[in-house]
Amino acid sequence: MGTFVPGTSKEQRALLEAAGYTSFDDLFSVIPESVYLKKPLPLEEGLSEMETEQSIRALAAKNRTYQAIFRGAGSYDHYIPAIVKRVVSKETFLTAYTPYQAEISQGILQSIFEYQSMICALTGLDVSNASVYDGATATAEAAELCVERKKTRVLISDSVAPEVKKVVMTYAFGRDTDIQVIPEKDGKTSTEALKEMVGPETACVIIQQPNFYGLLEPAEEIGEIAHSVNAKFVMNCNPISLGLLKTPAEVGADLAVGEGQPLGMPIGFGGPYLGFMAATQALMRKLPGRIVGETTDSEGRRAYVLTLQAREQHIKREKASSNICSNEALCALTAAVYLAAMGPQGMKEVAESCMSKAHYLADGLKKAGFGLVYEGEFFHEFVTEGAGSEKLLQKLDEKGILGGLPLGENRILWCCTEKNTREMMDEVIRTAEEVAR
Amino acid sequence: MNIPEELKYTKSHEWVKEEDGFYVVGLTDYAQEELSDLVFVNLPEVGDEVEAGETFADVESVKAASDVYSPVTGTVAEINEELLDAPEKINEDPYGAWLIKVENVSDTAPLMDCAEYEKLLEEEE
Amino acid sequence: MKLIFERGQEGRHLSILPKLDVPAYQPDEALLRAQAPALPEVSETEISRHYSALERRAHGVNNGFYPLGSCTMKYNPSIDEEMAALPGFTNVHPLQAEKTVQGALEVLEKMEEKLSAITGLKYFTFQPAAGAHGEFTGLLVIKAYHKDRGDEARKKIIVPDSAHGTNPASAAMCGYEVVNIPSASDGCVDLDALKAAVGPDTAGLMLTNPNTVGIFDKNIEEITRIVHEAGGLCYYDGANLNAVMGIARPGDMGFDVMHLNLHKTFATPHGGGGPGSGPVGVREDLGKFLPGFRPVRGEDGELHLAQPEKSLGSMRSFFGNFLVVVKALTYVTMLGREGVLEASRNAVLNANYMRKALEDIFPAAFPVTCMHEFVISLDKLHKETGVSALDAAKALLDYGIHPPTMYFPLIVHEALMIEPTETETKETMDEAIQAIREIYERAYSDPESLHHAPHHTVIGRPDEVTAARKPKLRYQKEV
Repeated sequence: MGTFVPGTSKEQRALLEAAGYTSFDDLFSVIPESVYLKKPLPLEEGLSEMETEQSIRALAAKNRTYQAIFRGAGSYDHYIPAIVKRVVSKETFLTAYTPYQAEISQGILQSIFEYQSMICALTGLDVSNASVYDGATATAEAAELCVERKKTRVLISDSVAPEVKKVVMTYAFGRDTDIQVIPEKDGKTSTEALKEMVGPETACVIIQQPNFYGLLEPAEEIGEIAHSVNAKFVMNCNPISLGLLKTPAEVGADLAVGEGQPLGMPIGFGGPYLGFMAATQALMRKLPGRIVGETTDSEGRRAYVLTLQAREQHIKREKASSNICSNEALCALTAAVYLAAMGPQGMKEVAESCMSKAHYLADGLKKAGFGLVYEGEFFHEFVTEGAGSEKLLQKLDEKGILGGLPLGENRILWCCTEKNTREMMDEVIRTAEEVAR
Repeated sequence: MNIPEELKYTKSHEWVKEEDGFYVVGLTDYAQEELSDLVFVNLPEVGDEVEAGETFADVESVKAASDVYSPVTGTVAEINEELLDAPEKINEDPYGAWLIKVENVSDTAPLMDCAEYEKLLEEEE
Repeated sequence: MKLIFERGQEGRHLSILPKLDVPAYQPDEALLRAQAPALPEVSETEISRHYSALERRAHGVNNGFYPLGSCTMKYNPSIDEEMAALPGFTNVHPLQAEKTVQGALEVLEKMEEKLSAITGLKYFTFQPAAGAHGEFTGLLVIKAYHKDRGDEARKKIIVPDSAHGTNPASAAMCGYEVVNIPSASDGCVDLDALKAAVGPDTAGLMLTNPNTVGIFDKNIEEITRIVHEAGGLCYYDGANLNAVMGIARPGDMGFDVMHLNLHKTFATPHGGGGPGSGPVGVREDLGKFLPGFRPVRGEDGELHLAQPEKSLGSMRSFFGNFLVVVKALTYVTMLGREGVLEASRNAVLNANYMRKALEDIFPAAFPVTCMHEFVISLDKLHKETGVSALDAAKALLDYGIHPPTMYFPLIVHEALMIEPTETETKETMDEAIQAIREIYERAYSDPESLHHAPHHTVIGRPDEVTAARKPKLRYQKEV
C-alpha cells in the first residue's frame, strides 16, 4: 500500500505508549461499539506511486484530445504563457492555506491585492473580491446581494449561457428569490420586454456580454432601463473581451462578474475555474468572500490583510450574505500572472486576434453555406445554421478538430481564439464546403 | 464605566434621551467597549420607520458585527452622517456620537434608568 | 516590497502572441474601451523575480509544520499534481461528446465508488467547489426532499453552538431559520436540548462528528434517531472526516447527506485559499435530487451522463473542480483500504500524543481522548499573565510554525485548536511542543515580548482597524 505516514510501526507503538494507549483499538475505544467498523473498507488494496501513476495515466489516455478546438460556450481554449504555469506551480503557493496569519502570508495577500487591482483595471470598477468558485456562481452571488427588503425580484436575460442561468436559478431556489427571465429577440435581450418587466420591486437586471450566442448586447440601454427603477445592473463579462471592448463601468454596470478561466487556466473538463466579481464603491460592503486590503504594520511598513471581515460567515453566521470561505485563490493567482504576462498590449492583441479570427471563420462558413443565424456584432463566438451541421461536426472530429457546440436544429455555436490558426480555419471551411456540396 | 444620569437605557445597551421633541439614540460606553474599535456603521435612512425592540442599524468592528435595537417606535428624523466616515467617534465619545433622532414616537421599549442599567452591567460582568 | 504595478516601464512586454494571420477586423469605435486597462508592463524576468519574492513571503506545508485545526493541512503528494497536469485531463473540453471523455467520466465514477465505500453513503455529486458550497448543496437536497413530499412546514435547521460559522450561513442561504442548541458540559450534543428543539418544523440537523472540539460524540446514533423520528434529515459536515476513515462511517451513524473536503481529507492542496472540492454524498433514495449530471454506466459498457430524476438544478457550471478530483483519486488509489485506515489512525494518534505532551501546562478544554484534533484554552494563562491566545499564536510564527486555529470554537475561551495530521514526524511534533512550552514560560517571565510578537517576520502585526476603516483595496497610480 502507499502511505504518507512517516512513522514506522515501531514508532507508532512508541507514540501510542507515550500518549497512554496500549493499541489502536484502545485509542479508538471512545467510539461506540455499534458504529466502530469491524471489517476493512470495501476498497481496493493500495498501490505504489509507480502503479498509481500507470493507472491514472491510463484513465487520461481514455479521453480524446483535439489538435484544434472551435468550441467555447463557457470554457475557452486560450494559449497559456509558460511563465504562468511555472509561477503557479511554486510549492508554497500551492500548499498554503487561506492567509489568516498576515505576518507569514504577505506573499499570498499581496498576490490577491494585485489580482483585485487587475480585475478593477479590466472592468473599470472600484472594488473586487478575492474570487468565488466560477463565473456562474459569481453571477448567482451578484443576484442575491442585490436583493433587499423592498427590492426582491431578479431579472435575468434569456441570452445568458444556460450553464450560468441554471446556477442562478438554483441559488434562487435556495433563498426563495423571485426570479424572472427576460425574453430574447433576435439573439439579444429584448429591451422592449425589459421595459415592461422592470418596476420598483426589481432588484437587478442580469445580462451576459458578449452573450451566449457571442453577440454584443445593447448594454448601455439595458443599464439605463435598470437604473430607471433604481435596480442594479449586473454584467457577466468575458474577461478577454475587456482587453478591447467597453468596460462594464463605461456602460453603467454596478457589478461585473464572470468566468476567469480564459485568463490562463486550462479547459480541464470544467475546472477548477475562477469566478471574478467587481463592484462600484457603493456595493463594497455587500461583496461576498475574502477581500484583501492595504494597511501598515506596527512599524509603519506596508502590509496586506484580509479585511472587511465582518461581512463574512465566521462573524455574521446566519446573517452573512454568503457562506463562502474557500474560494479559488490559486486560480486568481493564475489570472494575475496571466494579466501581468500579457500586459495592456497583450490583452488588446489577444482580444483583437479572437475577434478577427471569429469573423474570418464566420465569413468562410457563410460562403460555404452555413450562414449566421443572428445579425449584429459579435466577439469571438457566433451561431451558424445550415443543412448537414451534424455531419460537418462529425467530419471535423475525424480530422482531430473539435467543432462548435451543436445547439440542435442544424445550428452550431462556434468559438475562435488566438490559438486557432488560419490553416485550421481553412480546413474547417473546406470541410464545410464538402459537406454542403 | 460612564453611565450618565440623565439618559435612559435598554438591556441591549442603547441609550436614549428626549431633546427638542426628538428621541436621540446612541450606543452606551459599555457597548462600544465590548465591540472594541468600530470600523463601520450602517444607519437607516431619514424617513424610515423604526420599531421598539427591533434592529435599525448595525455596527462592525474588525472581529464582530452587531445589530443595534431601537428603544422607540417612530420615524427617523435625522441620522448622524458624520459616523459614516468616522465610526471611531462612537468609541471616543459614545454619548456624544448619537446614531439617529426619532420623531412621531408612539411606543417605547422597556427602559432603565442609570441605576438600573448599572445593576444590569454588574450582573453581566 | 514593491507591487508588480510598481515594477516595469511603459511599453515593456513579453513576446507571447504571433502576428495575426487573418485580416484584422475593425469593430465600430463606439464598442471599444476608451483606455487600455492599467495592467503591469513588465518583462518575464521581472515577473519571475516578483513571484519568487512573494513565494518567500508566504508559508506552505512545504515550509514547515501547519497544525491549523479543522483545516487538515497534511502533506500534498507530488504525484497528485503530476497526474492532474496530464494533457489527457487538462485539454478536455467539458462539452465534448460522452464517448470522447470516458476517462474523465471514469474518474468521477471511481471517486464516487471510493467515497461511497469510505462514508457509507451511496451517490455523490462533484459540482460543489468547496466545503461551504457542499453544505449549501446538501441543505438544498434536504429542502428538495421535503418539498417533494409536500411538506413545506419544515423551516428550521438545528445547529449546535459549537458549529463552524458556515453551518448557520449555509442554512440561511436555503431560507432556513437556524436553531442553535447549546452543547453539554462534555462538548457534545445536549440530548435534552435536541429533544426540545425538534418538531414538525425541523428540516434537519447539521453536525460534525468528531465535533469541533475534536471529540467523537458517543450518542451519535441517538442523535440521528431523534431527528429522524421528528421527520428531519441529518447532515454530516465532513470537515473532520480525517479522523474516522476506516474506523466509522457517517452513513452507519445515521446521516443522510454529507459533504467532504477533498482539500482536507484527500490531500489536495489548499492553493492559498482554493480551489477546493466539496463533493456531496447522499443515501440511495436521495440520489434523485442531486444537482448536475452524473456518469452512469450503460448496458453498452460505456459511461453516459444522466440528470437525476428530480435534480435540484446546478450548483456550478459543468462538473465542479474536476482536476482537484483527479488529485484526490490519485491519492486514495495509492492509499487503498489499508492506507486510508493508517492515515486516520495516525492522525488521531498524533493529536493525542501532542495533547498528552502539553497536558501539564495547557490541559485540553475537554480532557478525554480526542480524535484528529484537540482544543486547549489559554484562559488561565491570559488571566495570570495577560498573554492571550493571539499572543501565543503570533509567538509561534517566530519558530517557523503556522499557529493553530485561534478563537474557535466559540464555546471555549482563548481557544487554540491543534491538528497535527498524520503526515508529521514525531520530531516535528516534539519541536512544536518545545516551542509551545517556551512560549508558556515566557508568558510568565517576559509577557511584554509576547504582546509584540512576532519579531522575526517580514512585517509585524498589521493595523487591521485602519484597514477596515479606510479600506484600500486596489493599487491606484499616484498622479
